[in-house]
Amino acid sequence: MGAPLTLFDLAGRGMSAQLVRMNAAASNLSNAGSVAGSEAETYRPIRAVFAEQLDRSSGLATVRVAAVMREQAAPVKQHDPDHPLADAEGNVWTSPVDENAEMVEMLEAARQYQNLVEALSTARQLMLDTMRNR
Amino acid sequence: MSEGLFGIHGMALQLRSQRMGVIASNIANAGTPRFKARDFDFATALKARTAGMDASRAEEAATRFRVPVMPSLDGNTVEMATEQTAFAENALGYSATLTFVRSRVDTVTRALKGE
Repeated sequence: MGAPLTLFDLAGRGMSAQLVRMNAAASNLSNAGSVAGSEAETYRPIRAVFAEQLDRSSGLATVRVAAVMREQAAPVKQHDPDHPLADAEGNVWTSPVDENAEMVEMLEAARQYQNLVEALSTARQLMLDTMRNR
Repeated sequence: MSEGLFGIHGMALQLRSQRMGVIASNIANAGTPRFKARDFDFATALKARTAGMDASRAEEAATRFRVPVMPSLDGNTVEMATEQTAFAENALGYSATLTFVRSRVDTVTRALKGE
C-alpha cells in the first residue's frame, strides 16, 4: 500500500475526484442537444460515482471515483423528416441532457473543490507555522 | 522525551493534528453516497491520552459518528456548515497549542543561553 496517507494526499485525491465529476458534467453539457439517427446511438449523460477510500494506517478517509456510469434516461424522439440523420420513419433522437441539472452538478463540484482548497491551505499554513517553530 | 518537555501541549498538538485529518476526510467525502461523517471529542481523547493511552488508541476511543441535523437522501451525513466550524475551531486550537509549545521552547532556549 506504500506510505500512509497524509492530509495533503487526502485533499489532492478529493480534488481530482471532483475534477472527474466536473469533466463529466462538462462532457454532458457539450453534448446537450446533439442529434443521432437511432435511439441506441444517442449520447447518454455520464455521471461519476464516488466511493469512500479508508486508509487504515492513518485513519483518514479519502474519496475515489468508483465508476463513471451512463445514465439510463430515454432520448427524446423528434419527427424531423428533413434532417439528414433522420431514419426511414423520419425520426431523429436528441440526447437527454438536462442543462440545469448539469449546471447544478458543476456548481456543487466547484464548491466542494473550493472547500478542499480552503482546508488544504489552512492545514498547510499550520504545518508551516509548526516547522518554523524555532 | 518530548512529553516531558512540552507537557500536555505536545499531546494536544498531536491530537489536534489528527482531528484536522478526520475533519478533512469528512470535507473530502462531502459528495460520497452513504459516507458517514466521523469526529472525535477532543477533551475525551486528551483525557485518555494523559491517562497513558497512545495517540491513535485515544482517538479511536473518542471517535463517534456525527448525527446529522437533516439526513440526506443518499445516506451521506456530511454537513458543510458543521464541518467548517469544527475545522475552524480545531485550527484555532492547533494555533493556540502551537503558541504554548513555542513559548516553552523560548523559555528553555533562554535558560540554556543564560541571557
